[in-house]
Amino acid sequence: MFLIYCPYCEEHREEEEFHPKGQAHIARPADPEACSDKEWGDYLFFRDNPRGIHHELWVHAVGCRKFFNVTRNTVSYEILESYRVGEQPRFTAEHPEGRPVETVAAENVTAKAEVVERQEGVKA
Amino acid sequence: MSEQTATWFNLYDARPEAEVPAESPLAWSYHRTGRPAVSQKSRVVLRERAMLGHLILRGGAIVLDEAVRQVLGFGLPGRPNTLTHDDGGERSIQWLSPDEWLVIVPGGEEFVLEGRLREALGDAHYAIVNVSGGQTLIEIEGEMARELLMKSTPYDVHPDAFPVGKGVTTVFAKANLILRRPGEERWELVLRRSFADYCYRWILDAGAAYTIGVES
Ligand SMILES: [Zn+2]
Repeated sequence: MFLIYCPYCEEHREEEEFHPKGQAHIARPADPEACSDKEWGDYLFFRDNPRGIHHELWVHAVGCRKFFNVTRNTVSYEILESYRVGEQPRFTAEHPEGRPVETVAAENVTAKAEVVERQEGVKA
Repeated sequence: MSEQTATWFNLYDARPEAEVPAESPLAWSYHRTGRPAVSQKSRVVLRERAMLGHLILRGGAIVLDEAVRQVLGFGLPGRPNTLTHDDGGERSIQWLSPDEWLVIVPGGEEFVLEGRLREALGDAHYAIVNVSGGQTLIEIEGEMARELLMKSTPYDVHPDAFPVGKGVTTVFAKANLILRRPGEERWELVLRRSFADYCYRWILDAGAAYTIGVES
């Protein structure tokens, strides 16, 4: 058994229920028309392949079907954390031992406020 | 604009005449594989509850909860992987994902229910899909029901991890389904039509050791 924590189901689930979807935190260029071929090519095709801590996008395919992020060590395969889309990781290459929980929480509150603001018009 | 949005949906009764013959997704399996009779030795019993009304609700929890309370008289389950029931236990709502719930009601009620929910929801940002024809519900009951599930799914079905009132979408054999536990020894499996025959035969095979019987 290899269990992965789903931040939406809020529990550990069997690996079989998940699919990896590649590198996380890839932002689509705000104005694709203004991109050079190199910038657009980088966005579409080029991905990091670090040795050590890596942030990945996973999907809970046989479950809630939500996408979420995972911080994984590509050497030991250890999963250090999973966190929701729109949130920031606690464990990074610069802070492999983990940033303070309060710092990350504060960042995520700001990020969430921005998302809510953007979604305001969708609410009906 | 607002009057228009309320009438954009295409709501029609998928089964207007109850006399029109309709077959459960397991009709072929009963014909081909048969139904082992329930006997005194049966320590697990399988029972299909075919032709129930299944609706998928999508949208914000608060908006949907208000509408559902107004129309059905009970609310959405607030926590992930949980179920709520009405007083009689005939109608249920299950959390499927942060913006998705499965409503199961007695067969025939789903059309009226969908209309009333749409009325209550008005201009809210939501979606309702009637999936009654696409899935069926199987009950597994008995002292060995949990043993049978342990052979079939990687999900932890121990009472500590899977108390009464819980429901999850998970792997079952080589398919996937919704597994719910409405009672101590009673489990519900919500299957897709296309997986129904496979899962039925898997359950009979896994239940053979407990002399599984199929109630008709
Ligand atoms: Zn999940």
